[in-house]
Amino acid sequence: MTIRSEIRFVLNERDITLDKVGAGDTLLDFLRIDRRLTGSKEGCAEGDCGACTVLVGRLQDGKLRYEPVNSCIRLTASLDACHVVSIEYLSGNGGKLHPVQQAMVEHHGSQCGFCTPGFVMSLYALWMENPDPTETEIETALQGNLCRCTGYEPIIKAAKAATTFGSPAEDALSREREAIMARLSTLQDGQRVEVSKGSSRCILPASVDDLAEVLVETPTATMVAGATDVGLWVTKFLRDISPVVFLGHLDELRQLDVTDGVIRIGAGVSYTDSRAAMAADYPHLGAFWDRIAGWQIRNMGTIGGNVANGSPIGDTPPVLIALGAVITLRKGSNRRTMPIEEFFVDYGKQDIGEGEFLESIDVPRPKSGELQAAYKISKRRDEDISSVCAAFNVTVQDGKITAARIAFGGMAATPKRAASVEAALVGADWSEETVMNAAACLGEDFSPLTDWRASSEYRLQVSKNLFRRFWLEQQGGDAPVRLSA
Amino acid sequence: MSTGRTVEAPVETDKRKDPPVAQHMMRADQNRDTIKGEVSKDLRHDSAAKHVTGSAEYCDDIPEPMGTLHAYLGLSTRAHALIRELDLSAVRSAPGVIGVLTADDLPGSNDVSPTGRNDEPIFATEKVEFWGQPMFAVVAETRDAARRAAKLAQVTYEDLPHALDPETAQEADMGYVTPPLTLRRGDAGDAMSKAAHRIKGKLRVGGQDHLYLEGHIAFAIPGEDDDVLVHSSTQHPSEAQHMVAHVLGVPSNAVTINVRRMGGGFGGKETQMNLFCAVAAVAAKKWNRAVKIRPDRDDDMSATGKRHDFVIDYEVGFDDEGVIEAVTGEFAARCGFSSDLSGPVTDRALFHADNAYYYPNALLNSHPLKTNTVSNTAFRGFGGPQGVIVAERIMEEIAYHRGVDSLAIRKRNFYGDNGRDVTPYHQTVEDNIAPRIVQELEESADYQARRQAVLDWNAKGGTIRKGIALTPVKFGISFTATWYNQAGALLHIYSDGSIHLNHGGTEMGQGLNTKVAQVVADALQVDFDKIKITKTTTEKVPNTSATAASSGSDLNGMAAQNAADQIKERLIAFAAERWQTDAGNVRFVANAVQVGGETIPFADFIREAYLARIHLSAAGFYKTPKIHWDRDTGKGRPFYYYAYGAACSEVSVDTLTGEYRVERTDILHDVGKSLNPILDKGQIEGAFIQGMGWLTTEELWWDKQGQLRTHAPSTYKIPLASDRPRVFNVELAKWSENRENTIKRSKAVGEPPFMLGISVFEALSHAVASVADYKTCPRLDAPATPECVLMAIERLRG
Repeated sequence: MTIRSEIRFVLNERDITLDKVGAGDTLLDFLRIDRRLTGSKEGCAEGDCGACTVLVGRLQDGKLRYEPVNSCIRLTASLDACHVVSIEYLSGNGGKLHPVQQAMVEHHGSQCGFCTPGFVMSLYALWMENPDPTETEIETALQGNLCRCTGYEPIIKAAKAATTFGSPAEDALSREREAIMARLSTLQDGQRVEVSKGSSRCILPASVDDLAEVLVETPTATMVAGATDVGLWVTKFLRDISPVVFLGHLDELRQLDVTDGVIRIGAGVSYTDSRAAMAADYPHLGAFWDRIAGWQIRNMGTIGGNVANGSPIGDTPPVLIALGAVITLRKGSNRRTMPIEEFFVDYGKQDIGEGEFLESIDVPRPKSGELQAAYKISKRRDEDISSVCAAFNVTVQDGKITAARIAFGGMAATPKRAASVEAALVGADWSEETVMNAAACLGEDFSPLTDWRASSEYRLQVSKNLFRRFWLEQQGGDAPVRLSA
Repeated sequence: MSTGRTVEAPVETDKRKDPPVAQHMMRADQNRDTIKGEVSKDLRHDSAAKHVTGSAEYCDDIPEPMGTLHAYLGLSTRAHALIRELDLSAVRSAPGVIGVLTADDLPGSNDVSPTGRNDEPIFATEKVEFWGQPMFAVVAETRDAARRAAKLAQVTYEDLPHALDPETAQEADMGYVTPPLTLRRGDAGDAMSKAAHRIKGKLRVGGQDHLYLEGHIAFAIPGEDDDVLVHSSTQHPSEAQHMVAHVLGVPSNAVTINVRRMGGGFGGKETQMNLFCAVAAVAAKKWNRAVKIRPDRDDDMSATGKRHDFVIDYEVGFDDEGVIEAVTGEFAARCGFSSDLSGPVTDRALFHADNAYYYPNALLNSHPLKTNTVSNTAFRGFGGPQGVIVAERIMEEIAYHRGVDSLAIRKRNFYGDNGRDVTPYHQTVEDNIAPRIVQELEESADYQARRQAVLDWNAKGGTIRKGIALTPVKFGISFTATWYNQAGALLHIYSDGSIHLNHGGTEMGQGLNTKVAQVVADALQVDFDKIKITKTTTEKVPNTSATAASSGSDLNGMAAQNAADQIKERLIAFAAERWQTDAGNVRFVANAVQVGGETIPFADFIREAYLARIHLSAAGFYKTPKIHWDRDTGKGRPFYYYAYGAACSEVSVDTLTGEYRVERTDILHDVGKSLNPILDKGQIEGAFIQGMGWLTTEELWWDKQGQLRTHAPSTYKIPLASDRPRVFNVELAKWSENRENTIKRSKAVGEPPFMLGISVFEALSHAVASVADYKTCPRLDAPATPECVLMAIERLRG
């Protein structure tokens, strides 16, 4: 196999070739320090404020898609064969403002201006995808952008008005699309890429088989898909993550296949890319998915990463546990499968061996009699980490509960099923009394922590109350049991 | 009007030694009756186009000179401990490190206490008094190298007991960081004992991090002799200048501070930037290289101050109608390890404990408590919000006690006539427009009908409950440190007619530069865009006050107007003489000057004035009249005037989880005669959302060891776009004019609308109260996180 030893991508109009890239080098530092493109700002360096938002375009299945991402935690090496679009790209010749910029100016969408380039980039991405968005769509697109000055109202108005200042068809990224696709496909040469800076190494395997090989050769490597967690190891904890093996560019891992029995989610499928399939089978998961982080993070972060890092407060593991997902782990050419809940052994400990990686997640298709719900409780509604995440999957046949999978996040050291609660449910009548009796068993299953997100008491109390919500929701009825979206 | 005959100015061009006036400068703009950018008209922020293109330059965007070094702070990891040993050998030998700075390396004083209490070292020496206190700085070739090296310090601590919050501090007898204040009017004890009804209560109000999107930063460039230039993002360049001089042990004239713009300030960069400026400057002088310091967000939030948390014990006595007879309040504040601005902050809490209400008898005490936490500082409202929320809680308490709508109680207690117009600090409220504002908002927001609808909805007893509240604000305008109420401006008109404007205020997004330029444009009748607004620098306007206390346009607008008036006066005298007419016949019209029947384009006119050797530069000055304050007696007129407003918010609350949604907010706010209505509206909307954040999701959480664990946006949650009210109506009280002679009769706007967020808090309380049929005033503390709301509900359900 030939190995390429440079990273190549397109930055705005320019071709970039880098032969020295460290494992933890970030795109934002590259833009600001190396290229002196200072329009993108560092507000938090953890993907939570959006001031660093840029677009990254990549070819997938022959299509070129641009998505807003947080450049502060986007690792530079992962940009191979991508088109990076920063705020500097938007102003055309002669300083004419882009329609999104013009709308922001006309509607007074900036005050201090520091967050503004990030907002412009998110709104730019939204406008390209959806030039005439609803208020909810705008808010969803802006979950990853913080503004401390305006109170957002003028930004929302600008987002609605952008379309009146120009149409995406006339945008540079539309006009140049063919040319960019051609440039990017030249860059996609199917080779393994290995670059380093000093002793810090980055490896981009050529394929999943190559990944398996690389990991056998380098079992201590840090695996990085979306870098939404590992990025913080770098920016916040200054951890040396070398050698890094990147997965995000592997199209094979980004496949999502729906068959008769299962939804097979490749480990590299992002939150964004899994939403449609999950919501099609499980309608309640559409709104749930929209509350995972912000748009930028949903574009970067993967379901596989959310599972593999084993966090007790990840949003998707409780849902996947409740749905009875099965994961496939691979080492070399050997594969093994296990029910996802068995993967989570203890805090920071997963059932994964050296050189092994998570390849895919199989989510069963819905079966008749299943009643489901997924609830996320957090201090702030959007772009927050769960205090408690609860997922319910109760099978009712002829008025009896025949099966129950109830899983919680934020309640223990791992995402975990509520065994006593499930035991109290299975075999009992499907009734409010049964549900609330089962809820009363929560204390046997969980002794949650008190931390900055919530106290132990609240976590237990709200978890119990969510059983009531589950029951009430299943009853239908006119009175709302949840806040409107 | 510029419809008059335009004459060619009588210039003998062949005698010119310098280039003629550029055609584009002024002449193209004469065919309009009015200038671009008039005062009282909507005008966009002058940097808007630069903001949206990313070309607006912030401190970290300034190109670095060759050899620029980067400093990083080494912070303590104990809340209170003796430093037994600070071993920096590993720091010094780390890759890329140039050297370290400790207290021993400071040529002057190791102190940045803004009030001169000498209680705030740059670097801790014998002991650390909060988790995150700077102990040293490391200077390296790159920021990354400096950051990594800073973590290598080996510190041996000897732990001391610590007290983190006001209640613990009182129990531990930590004492005060600054003298407390008492406000006393009438005999509260006697009136309380005679009152028909009395309620005692306690309210805990959390602090707030500024979360300016641009964090702290200073960038020092050494000069010759003692000189140093510091680019920074500070709200208070003069103080930074004085502090840097003090720390370097040089006179102030050796230090220049430049601020082009800040990426948000909100009070967090009033005093807190001094340390960063000083460290950068000391390092720059020591190594004779440019030095930048920019902490990571986590360090910024751990090492710099925030809004003060308060625990307030209050008692109110009132009659059957709910009319107050006496109020007492003990305001205990978490000040942190040093005084910083805690004196004036806790004073202002007392000044606002009445909000818009008349307390016939009042006794209010502040307790500025020392705690082993970061030293708290200025934040939009500056203690005022913590006072106002108590007044609003008291209204709610009385309302639940009497079983009537809290709005009715509010109205009964408003300041009024017949002696009901004196505050607890003995200032007479002369401009009371709160009743009118509340009345108008009550109607425009359809409060009564909507309140009934809320009650009807809740009567059905569902999971989702609703609440509504209408709360006013009255906010005193002026620095209570009277000497701060002064400002300077520097105005140049160049011989081509272009104008260069500088003033002592700083631009942090509020549009101050835009407003001040509008004032100058108006005074000289030139288009706004002919005025170049330049960076704030201590070289041009000395001894400035912080851009704080909402005073920016009040003070600097007046100073700039004064400068323009001085030049105008000279120009009028010149024109009268040059064209042989009365001064009364000289008029500044849109982009031109009319002299008798002639209209001379502004640039030509200036050219003439220049040739006639008229002084085309002026330093303007302003000091606020009428104010005085005697802290020892607690009497005076600390405020020039008051700004008013009111908000009505309706919320939905999920009684199973405590989650909530703000369904609708209506605001009517008083900015006097607005200098720029659209910018003022932006301030009101932004302040409301920030105030709402303070009282809802923004929770500061320290662990038992004293480490702040909500130290970045991942853990500290400010409002998002989706948190703003589903319906949001914001109006200015267009009829309002400042009765005092402020700049164009406008009023300050930065802080007052922050307190409108209290309407959300009280609406949440209303929804919570519904679960016990409104019989009890809910024990809701701030911030009312979903957890706090649910626990209040569970307590009421019993």
